[in-house]
Formats: sequence, structure tokens, C-alpha cells
Amino acid sequence: MSAVVSPIREPLIIGHKDYHQITEDICAPTEKTPSLMWVIAFSISASLLAFYVFCVGWTIWVGIGSWDLNRTINWGWDITNFVWWVGIGHAGTLISAILLLFRQKWRTGVNRAAEAMTIFAVMCAGQFPLIHMGRLWLGFFIFPYPNTRGPLWVNFNSPLLWDVFAISTYFTVSLLFWYTGLVPDLATVRDRAKGLRRKLYDMASFSWNGSAKHWQRWESLSLILAGLATPLVLSVHTIVSFDFATSVIPGWHTTIFPPYFVAGAIFSGFAMVQTLMLIARKVLNLEEYITIEHIDVMNKVILLTGSIVGVAYLTELFIAWYSGYIYEQFAFYNRVMGPYWWSYLGMMSCNVISPQIFWSRKIRRSIWWTFFMSIFINIGMWFERFVIIATTLARDYLPSSWSYYSPTWVEIGLFAGTLGLFFTLFLIFTRLAPVVAIAEVKSILKGYGDQYTGENANQHH
Amino acid sequence: MENQNKEVLYGLYDDEEVLMSAVKKANEEHLDIMDVYTPFPVHGLDPLLGLSESRLHIAGFIYGAIGTLTAFLFMTWVFTRDWPIIFGGKPYFSFPAFVPIMFELTVLFSSVGMVITFYTICGLWPGSKTIRLNDRITDDKFCIAFETDNTDVQKLKDFFSSTGAGSVETATI
Repeated sequence: MSAVVSPIREPLIIGHKDYHQITEDICAPTEKTPSLMWVIAFSISASLLAFYVFCVGWTIWVGIGSWDLNRTINWGWDITNFVWWVGIGHAGTLISAILLLFRQKWRTGVNRAAEAMTIFAVMCAGQFPLIHMGRLWLGFFIFPYPNTRGPLWVNFNSPLLWDVFAISTYFTVSLLFWYTGLVPDLATVRDRAKGLRRKLYDMASFSWNGSAKHWQRWESLSLILAGLATPLVLSVHTIVSFDFATSVIPGWHTTIFPPYFVAGAIFSGFAMVQTLMLIARKVLNLEEYITIEHIDVMNKVILLTGSIVGVAYLTELFIAWYSGYIYEQFAFYNRVMGPYWWSYLGMMSCNVISPQIFWSRKIRRSIWWTFFMSIFINIGMWFERFVIIATTLARDYLPSSWSYYSPTWVEIGLFAGTLGLFFTLFLIFTRLAPVVAIAEVKSILKGYGDQYTGENANQHH
Repeated sequence: MENQNKEVLYGLYDDEEVLMSAVKKANEEHLDIMDVYTPFPVHGLDPLLGLSESRLHIAGFIYGAIGTLTAFLFMTWVFTRDWPIIFGGKPYFSFPAFVPIMFELTVLFSSVGMVITFYTICGLWPGSKTIRLNDRITDDKFCIAFETDNTDVQKLKDFFSSTGAGSVETATI
């Protein structure tokens, strides 16, 4: 009954697991007392989160003047962080939706954690436009609701409003997709628990019982949600790029932005998945489910998307020169050679040049190389957004208002603080829910377990 | 709702392939399977159990179409009837600018609608009463259950022992 799998494929589950062992291994982190490592990591993250709350309070109390934004550079770290976090939030849905449609079975090892990461990253991203409004409590003005001002509606022609719809839809759909996938696994945790814990997990798992008809509908739902989430994930960063591309600022007004932003988003998202997975598989003892093979294939995606991003950077430069339009040419000359040359250098070296080492299979399969590269790429992709936003604004049409921008402690605190928010949520998630999709891993065991495929396969099977 | 106090006889199998052949045998012997419970979706089981394809996708399409229309009609109404505003000299009815939000609402309505429909038709919500026979079903056991009200119990027991069920138990639901 097992799927037809080429014997040269590497197994995706190692350690000769049976179904019960899979349940034991993956449920274990939710059932044991937290390790010292977890407690330390949680304390640091929660402290950063507390500092974040303080910085938000400071920003609201003092006003946006506590940031170093000025009339020329009116988007700085805030929108940089927003785009960076949204980008990171792309890998989860890519893994769970697009790879589901492409029948890539390796997704089962990493999809759950990647989707959780997506949801938390989008939550972090959403913070920045809200804080930047200044009056956080009027944030609901962005939604078209019948109001006492006319009713005066929002501007449906504005990419900033499209963004509101894109990101809130993306968040909602990702959350539904993730939770629906989680329901059968929460039932597994429930059936191992007793007392109050059992009651709570029973509520959380909606009393799932594994009936054949439910599974059939569950698979149908997952497939359609994947089909919907696939264009959705591509639309979200496309619309984020419209925030820039539909403006008349040289350096922003480029048609290459949508595909370039989407590729960059997948690139940075996979880098963040690698960072998290490399730590999680070690700390939670999941090395037999998130194998070197998983790391290898994700590094291949990173290599591909990194190269697409590199081509996009070079295309931008070429088109700026080829257009014969001096303002465009100046914008790009300024990016490379202007006052922010160091951020362009950081972007190029982290995003384009260094990922090329992943052509080597040995490096793709090295945990340390992968870990350092994932951090590098996260830094590089942050620089990319900074380059696009701050560098471009710093030299506008009017030389008398040219300016330079560097963040205040509040802006740095807000960025570090969202890292705190992100890791706090992720660490809580690892304690509450199975980090690997139990049911989905079981469903691929007979095709991809190491007793069925690969070098150590039992030949009698 | 289910009738109260039904007697159920169920067998637990260790492997989905054994389960599949057992279901085939049950069909041959014309035994009326109440339900099959598994730890993960077993492909190929649905036709054996006579389950027709899920129609959830039709619901999804309808919800999506409602989303598209809602977005389109609302934006059109706002910009041509309720409060027309000129943005950069563009026409009031600027259809291309409506496309992104129409798309997003299509996806949103379709997803939310389908998820709600899914849980409703499955009868799953926090605190719902579902038939739960054995804790190992969400772990590593594959279960075939029969109602024993009007059936020859010995025949079912023979069926379980001949198809390799690891254990056979009764339950009252």
C-alpha cells in the first residue's frame, strides 16, 4: 500500500519508527517539564517582550518624535521591520500550501512549525503600521465601517489599504489552515492526558475522533485551503511591494518589485525556518523527523530564491542605466555609492554572494554552515528593505532637504522587542502543541521511513 | 443526535493495510460497518466504505463568489454612488484598483466559510459529544466499529479474529 518511492530517495523519517514511537517522540516536549534551555530562552524572550511594551508606551506617550524620522526620511526602521517580518511570514504558507499542491512529502516534517512561525511573524509585522499611526487606539479607522463622518469611506484605490486587506486575510487564512491541521494532533495529545489537561485538550481538539468521513473532509479542506493560500501568499508580498511600486519615487517605481519581493520573502522565510528548526530539532529531540535531508532541500530553496533576488538586484541596476532616465540612474548610483553604501554592501554580500556556497552539497548538509547562513540571510534581507526604504528617501528630488537617518534607542527597542514577541510566542507554542504534524508524518511513514526506503531499508518489505 | 446507549463492538488493527483488507472482507460478508476510525487519513478507504466525495469544495466556491461580489459591489457603490471622490483625476469606477481587494475577500470568505462548514457538518466544536471508542485510535490503532443491536455478535467476533484484529472490545455509546 505504500507509495511508490524511488529507492535512491533519502528517507525523511529515520530511526526505524513505528506509529506509536512517532506519537511518543513528538508529544514528549509538550508533556515533560521544560528544560533549562527552554526556561533561559523564555526568560530572555519575555524580557525583550516587556521592553517592547515599554517602547510602544514610550512612542505613544512621547509621540513619533521619539523616532529619528524626519520630513525627508519618513519611513525608517518601522516599515523596514514591517516588510521584513511579513517576508519571514511567507515561508510557512509556502511550505504548507504550495508544497502540498506539489506533493512534496518533506513538508510534513517542518510544516507545523513553519506555519506557526508564519502566524507569529505576521503578528510582529502588524505591530509596525499600527504603532506608526501614532494613535494606536484609532487603528480601526483603517477598516471600512459605517461611521459618523459621512460615512466617509477608506480609499479603496490605495495600496496601503490593499495591504490592510491582504495582511488581515493572510493572517486569518494561515491561522485557520494551521489550526485545522493541528486539531487531530491535539486529539492525540488529549488521548494521552488525564484530568484537567485532558478536558482542555478535548476542547482545543474540538472532540476530534478520527472518523473516516471526518478525515476525508479534512483532507478535502486542507487541499482547497492550500489551493486558496497559494495565490494568497503570492498576493501578499506583491501588494506589500505595491506600497512602493505605485509611488512616483525613483528606485521604488519599478515593475520588477512584485516578483522580486515575493522571491525575497520566500528566501528570508526559509532562512528563519532554518534558524528555528535547527534549534528546535536539537532542543526537542526531533532530529529523526527534521533530518539533514530536510535541511538540504530547504537550502536548495534558499539557493534558488537567493539567486532570483540577486538577478533582480542586477536587473534593477541594468534597467536604471538602460532607461536613460537620470533620476532613476541617480537613485541606483546613490544606493550603491551613496551615504548608505554599507547597507547595500551588506545586502549584496549576505543575500546574493554568500548563499552561493550552497551549490556545495557538503555545505548544504552542514548544520553549522546552515545556521550561520540563515542568520546571515536574515540580516541581509533586513538590509534589503532598509536599502529600498531609507536610502531611497534620503536623497529625494530636492537636494536642500537631503538628510541622513539613524535609529533612536526606541526604534531599536521596538525591533528587538518584536523579536522578543516572536520567540515568546514560538516557545509557548513548543510547549502546548506538537511541533511536528503527527498525523501527516505517520501518513508518509510507509513511503519515506528509513526501514522502507534508502540505504538501510529492510529489503523484505 | 445519536441515539443513546447503543451497543458497539469494535476491533483494533495495528496496520492500515490489514485494516483495508478487513474492510474489503466486511463488504464481501455484507457486514454493516458503523464507522472506521484511524490515526491518520488512509487513502483508498473512502470508496470501500461507500463514502461519496466531499462536496466541501462546492461550498467553498459559493462562499468565494459571494466574497468577490461583496467586494466588487461595495467598492463600486462607495465610489460611484455613496461618496464619489476624484483620486488623481482617475474615473470614479476604477476597476483595476478594485482587483486586489476583490481577490483578498474571495479568499477570505471562501476559507472562513469552508472552515465553519467543515466543523459544522462534522459536528465538531469545543465540547461536542463525539463517539470516542479508544485512546489508541489517535495514536497507532486502526478501528472498525459495528453496532450490535440487531446483529449476530458471534459473526462479528469471527470476522475480527479471521481478519487479524489485535483486540476486540465492546462499548456503549
